Order: sequence, then structure tokens, then C-alpha cells
Amino acid sequence: MAESLLVVENVSKRFGGLVAIDRASFHVKTGSITALIGPNGAGKTTLFSIISGFLPTDDGRVLYDGSDITAEPPHKRARRGVARTFQIVQPFATLTVRENIAIGSHLWQRSRAAALDAANHVALAVGLGAQLEAPAATLTVAGSKRLELARALAIAPRLVLLDEVLAGLNPSEIRDMVPVVRELATRGMTILMTEHVMQAVTALAEYVLVLAQGRIIARGTVQEVAADPGVVEAYLGAGAAKRITAGTPHA
Amino acid sequence: MKKYWPIAVAVGLLAIVPFVTTSNVVLNFLITTLLIALVGQGWNLLGGYGGQYSFGHAAFFGTAAYTTAILQVQYGINAWVGLLAGIVAGALVGVVIGVLCFRSGLRGSYFSLVTLAFAEVLRIIASVTPITGAGVGTLIKLDLRPESFQFQSRVPFYWIVLIMVALSLVVVRAVENSRFGAYLVAIRENEGAASALGINTFAVKLAAITISAAITAAAGCFYAQYFLFIDAAIAYGPRISIDALLAPIVGGAGTLFASLFGALVIKALGEATKLLTGDAPGLDLVIYGVVLIAVVGLAPRGIAGLLTALFRWPFRTPAQPERGNG
Amino acid sequence: MLSPVILVPAALNGLMAGAVYALVALGLTLIYGVLHIINFAHGALLTAAMFAAFFAFTLLGVDPYLGALLLAPLFFAIGYALERFIIGPVAHGEDRNFLLVTLGLAIVIENALLYFFRADTRTINLPYAFDVVEIGPAFVAVPRLIAFGAVIAVAVALWTMMRWTDTGRAIRAVAKEKLGAELCGINVAHIYATTFGLGTACVAVAACLLIPTYYVNPTAGEAFVLIAFTIVVLGGMGSIAGAMIGGLCVGVVESLSSIFLGESLGQIGIFIMFIIVLLARPSGLFGARS
Repeated sequence: MAESLLVVENVSKRFGGLVAIDRASFHVKTGSITALIGPNGAGKTTLFSIISGFLPTDDGRVLYDGSDITAEPPHKRARRGVARTFQIVQPFATLTVRENIAIGSHLWQRSRAAALDAANHVALAVGLGAQLEAPAATLTVAGSKRLELARALAIAPRLVLLDEVLAGLNPSEIRDMVPVVRELATRGMTILMTEHVMQAVTALAEYVLVLAQGRIIARGTVQEVAADPGVVEAYLGAGAAKRITAGTPHA
Repeated sequence: MKKYWPIAVAVGLLAIVPFVTTSNVVLNFLITTLLIALVGQGWNLLGGYGGQYSFGHAAFFGTAAYTTAILQVQYGINAWVGLLAGIVAGALVGVVIGVLCFRSGLRGSYFSLVTLAFAEVLRIIASVTPITGAGVGTLIKLDLRPESFQFQSRVPFYWIVLIMVALSLVVVRAVENSRFGAYLVAIRENEGAASALGINTFAVKLAAITISAAITAAAGCFYAQYFLFIDAAIAYGPRISIDALLAPIVGGAGTLFASLFGALVIKALGEATKLLTGDAPGLDLVIYGVVLIAVVGLAPRGIAGLLTALFRWPFRTPAQPERGNG
Repeated sequence: MLSPVILVPAALNGLMAGAVYALVALGLTLIYGVLHIINFAHGALLTAAMFAAFFAFTLLGVDPYLGALLLAPLFFAIGYALERFIIGPVAHGEDRNFLLVTLGLAIVIENALLYFFRADTRTINLPYAFDVVEIGPAFVAVPRLIAFGAVIAVAVALWTMMRWTDTGRAIRAVAKEKLGAELCGINVAHIYATTFGLGTACVAVAACLLIPTYYVNPTAGEAFVLIAFTIVVLGGMGSIAGAMIGGLCVGVVESLSSIFLGESLGQIGIFIMFIIVLLARPSGLFGARS
């Protein structure tokens, strides 16, 4: 396996006149948990869509385990081991939780019985054991997020793209989800997550990338990035960094 | 895993009929009902399970009917070979339409429109080209021998269409129990999420439309042998396309027996209408239209859904997601 | 075959016929642009309007062009009621259900007409229907000229209404952002029904413009459904300008392909164009990329 499971090289994306992603380049080390943070509208989900194959890139390349997957459709990337969750959950509404997860398991299990069985194990791993027979449409927000995760895990991925998997959860639900995410890395998966919930980023991320207005403006550990004045400005506005260090936080 | 014994029960019950009655009226009613059930079963696979609503299934029906008729009339080919040829021809049309539509990512209403357009194009071509008999249609010569797929009594026809329906039920149940079936339903529910899980949605949809077309094509060939006459309006007209979708929707699209239940109901309604109001053209279709609207509005899961609600029977129906959850 | 003496009149006549197609397509694209549904009942409503115009003339002696002033509001009301009380409630907002409900309505309307009026084809005899006007090398029938003018007038009226009236603004708001419009206090159900009513009124006017030169029978509207769809797809779902230009194009294409392929195959040109456009660019030539 390559040292960096995912390499994004000079990726750019324009929508009409708007530049959504501007020459983004970064590596994600194999086996690490990397967080992609940034203010709203920075382009995080766009970047995820490009990496997972749902959006074509205008420029640049996406390399997975050394291979160029830039032109591959989503299902081929999934077969290579790239899984993603969606920011707005996309369950198979009329199917049960188990059936939902089994769709993912089917990637490696041809038989219906084997896939359903494998789904049981994945459900237990993310804490959905009690809801296996429930229709996916009846889950709470926290349950739906776990289902998103479970389905992605069912395809036995090596790279997991988590798109705001903690959004919409209350503090205790977040506290319960964090160890589930950490467990994935322990099992050898590489994680790239976008997140707004800073407590989770601090708890989980070994490496942080900051995206603002389509450009990566900082990279490093959580502490390094938090101290970066450019990052403070991206979140709080121009001049904020100076004001904070000067001790007069308000304009 | 879903079981096959309900199919045996249903088919068994239907198989008893010829031993219980010799009435041509009853036999004809059931034969035409089973014919509709077969047409609709094809639609059900693509539309009910796959969520791709075709408004032009007549394209497969008519192509098969014309293929077998023309092969017999113009080339003297045996009717049973014609049956096979018709199914293949219908399936090929399915492949062509599938490749064109699904390669372009056509979905939802657009897909329905294009299938409607294809059927209409075929109808116009069939109504003017000489090989199909143009406006006059094609008549298959009377030759009442089993080798020619023609019989003096209705009973053999009944067995044959019943076998075809039974086979289609087995095929759909097998699909339900397979990975292909799970993938098909996933695509219906959420195509984007499905592809993120490794599903080649184009390939799955293409396979679905091909099988769907083949099933409906079989019905087309049967029609040609039973009625011995086919023309552009019958082959490619809206009537067949409407029957194809109405039966499974009334029965509960996406369930195994949808098409059979639905066909029984709409044919029964049609006959009842004729009894009550005479043979006035149009009234039976008015009833069909009202039934369609009523089912969509009041019983979206069709008969299967009603049965599940009333008797808690193990009919798995595609449940409607709760509104107001997002 | 290719001499201007044949082509120009054919093109001109195609243009006139296309104007009426455009009006039918206008109603369809309006409905799609706002409700985001493909109204399969459009053709059946056109047929119903044609019957209404026919009977207005034969039973009440109302000249069809004046009849439009009566039938437009009548069919607006019918369309409004259909959407408000049947289509909207039955469909519960799901795309697939709208398809099926409007299809169901189409079946009901067409076959009700068949049941009550039989399949006979009828025509009306308007005294001035065969008068012609000379335009260049062509002789254009007066009704066609009137139709052309009327369609332009309706299109302009609609455009003005959408631009300058409160209702028009509300319609545009709902079309762009339904939730936002709702939050601003706009009654979305009412706007949906109003839009559907407007689309149906367009169809009623088109019917009045058609019957002087076209026949009436229960399947007359069917021929227009796919043509209207082709235009809407060609011109862009939801684009009024697209529907107008698309209509004129389609009229000309049909007229010219009739010369080369004969009457019955002339229609094929349209459907094939339809399929090709849908496959190549479903959002149409003027529509926004989906």
C-alpha cells in the first residue's frame, strides 16, 4: 500500500464563473485520520464529491493507492475501496436497516443470505443492533448517521470519506459517535472527514487541512492550525487575528 | 429468503379451472386476464422494483407480436420458433431503448416520455410499412394444429399462458432473492447512494429492462397466436402500455403478485362495466383512469398494500416513507 | 422538390401551424416550470377544449375566435379545480404520482369524450375559413394568420402578466424557490392551481384557433401531446421563449418533412427529433442545466 492512500493534485472546479475549488493539493497518509475543516461554503462537500467521483474535476488529478482514478465513476471507486457518507443522509427509505447495510455488503457477497448476515455484524459494530428490522425512514438523525456510516463500512473500504457525519447530533450523541470513528482507524482504515464540530476534530484528527474559498490555506496538527492567523481570519473575518492578539476581540 | 410455494398455490388454484368448467366465456376471460398479468409482470420488474416508469411497454409487446406474425406469414417459419424469435426481438428493443436512455442518464418523467415516444414512433412506422401490412395489419393463417401453436379448444391456450405467467413469477421471485434484485431496489430508492456502494447502475438497469422486455414480449407472441391478427394500433397503441402499468400499480407495484391481482381487478371491472352499461366504447377505460387515480391517491401500495394492512399478511410492500421526516 | 415555390409556402404554413403548437407547449412549459411536473393530461384537455369550441359553434353559433374569450376563463377554472382538488391532493407531492395521476386524468377525459361523443370525426364550416391572403409566393389561409397573431398576443399577455402583476411575481417566486415563497406568505397550493389553470387556458385558446382548420375527435389532442412535449424539451423545460421558438421550429420541420416523407411519416420527424434531443440534452436548448 502506498504511503499516502489518497493524493489530490492541483484539483480545480468551476461552476460557471464561480471558482469552487482552486488548485487544491494534499496527501492523506495511509491509516491516519485527517480532518478537512473550513467555514461554510468553502467547498468541502464539492471536494468530497470530486474525490468520490460524483463530480468531474476541471483540472488536476486524484490518486488512490498510487493509481489515477480521476476519470473513474463512483461505483468503480467504491470497488477499489473508497467509501463516502453523504452530508444529507441518503437512506434506502423503504428498506430496513439490515437491508440497507446489506446493499453495501453485497459488493463482496453474492448470496443474499451471506450479505444479510454480514450486515448484522456491521450494524453491531456501529451500534445499530437494536434497529436491524426498522425501516430506514423511521430512524432518528443519530440513527440515520450511523446507518450512513454502516453502509459505507459494509463495502470494506480502505478510505472512508466522512461528510459531516456528526452534523445534527446533540453533545451526548457526538460523544457516542467519536469512539466509533476512532475504531475505524484502529481497524486500519484511512479517514478523511469534514467537520464543523471542533470537539470531534480535536479528539480525532491527527492532521488538519483548512479549506477557505476553495483554497487550502493551512495544514498541520490541530494546535498548529488553530494558531494560524490566516485560519482565524477565514472564520472570523479580516483583522480578527490582529484584534485577538491585541486583546480587543470586538471590532 | 422469499419462498416459492405461494407461486405454486396461486398457479395450482388457477390450474384447477379447466377441470371445473368448460365455459368458453370463463376461459376467455381468464386467458385475457393472464395475458395482461404477463404484460404487467414485465412492467413490474422495471417499474415496480426498479422504479423506472415506462409509458411505452407496447414497444416490446408489439415488436414480438409482429416478429412472430411476419415470420410465419412471410417466411413460413414455425410458430414456436416464432415465439422464441419474438421474445428475442422484444428483448433487443429493450436493450436498445435501455442503452440509449440509461447511457444518457435519463430518469423519472424524461424516461417515461422517451419510452412513450419510442412506442409512438414504432406505431407510426408499423402503420405505413408494407411488411407489417401497413394500415390493414397482419393476419396469421388459420392452421389448427399444436405444431403451429394453434388449438381448436381454448384449454391448451389457457395452459400455455398459465405456464408463461408461472415462469414469470418464478423469475421475479428469483430476482427478489438475488443480489441483482437487491441492487435494482436500491437504485429505485436512491440511485446516487447505490453507485456510492459500488453498484454499476447502468448495467443493472439495462439488465432489468431487457428481462422486463422479454416477459412482455412473450405476452405479445401469445397474443398473436391467440387472436391471429395484429395491427399497429393493437401492437403499439396506448392501450397495451396503459394495461402494462395499470395492472401492477393496482396490484401493488414492486410485489410479486401485483400484476396478477391487478389484472384480475381491472379485467373484472372492465367486464362489470360492460355488463352494466353495454358495449359503449370508452367507458371501461374511463373506469380504468378513475381506478388509477384512486389507487394512487388512496391506496398507493395497491392491493398488496391493502392486504398487508388488513390482514398483516407477509406481503412485503415498498412502504411509503414517513412524510415530514426531513 | 426543392424549389422555393414549394419550400417557402411550406415553411410559412409550418410557421403558422407552429404558432399553435407553441401555444400548447407554452401551457405545458408553464406548468412544468412552476410545478415541476410533466402534465400528461395536457393533450386530453386540449381535446376537451376542442369539443367545447365545436359545440359552442354548432349549438350556440359562437364564432370560435370569440369563443376563446369564453372558453379561456372556463378552462382556467377547470384547470384550477383539477389541480387544487384532484392532482395536488392525490399526488402527495411525489414525482411518480404526478405522472400517474395526470396519466389517469388523460385516460378519463379522453375516454369520457369517446363515450359521450363517439369516435366520429367532426369539422366545422366557417364561412371565411378558406379565404387566403397573399404573402410573397405563398397563399396563407386567413385562419392561420389569425392564429399566428393570436398566439403572439397571448404570449405577450402572459409575459406581461408574469413580469408586472403580483400573481405573476408570486408564480415566478414559487417556480424558483417554493419553500422561500411559502415563508413569504405566498399560498403555494393556490399558485400551483393558478398556474395549472393558466396552462389549461392556453390550451383552450389553442383549441379555438385550431378548429376552423382541424378536425375534432376524441384522439385529436393526442397528436399534439408528444409534439408539445418535443417543443418543451427542445426549448427548455420552463422557458416561455423556448416554447415559442421551439414551436415555430417544430412547425417548420413538420411541414418540410411532410414534403419529403409524406403526410403520415412527417410526424415521425418530430418524434425522432424529440428522442434525440432528450438523449443529448434533456434540459433543452434554452433550459437551465439540471
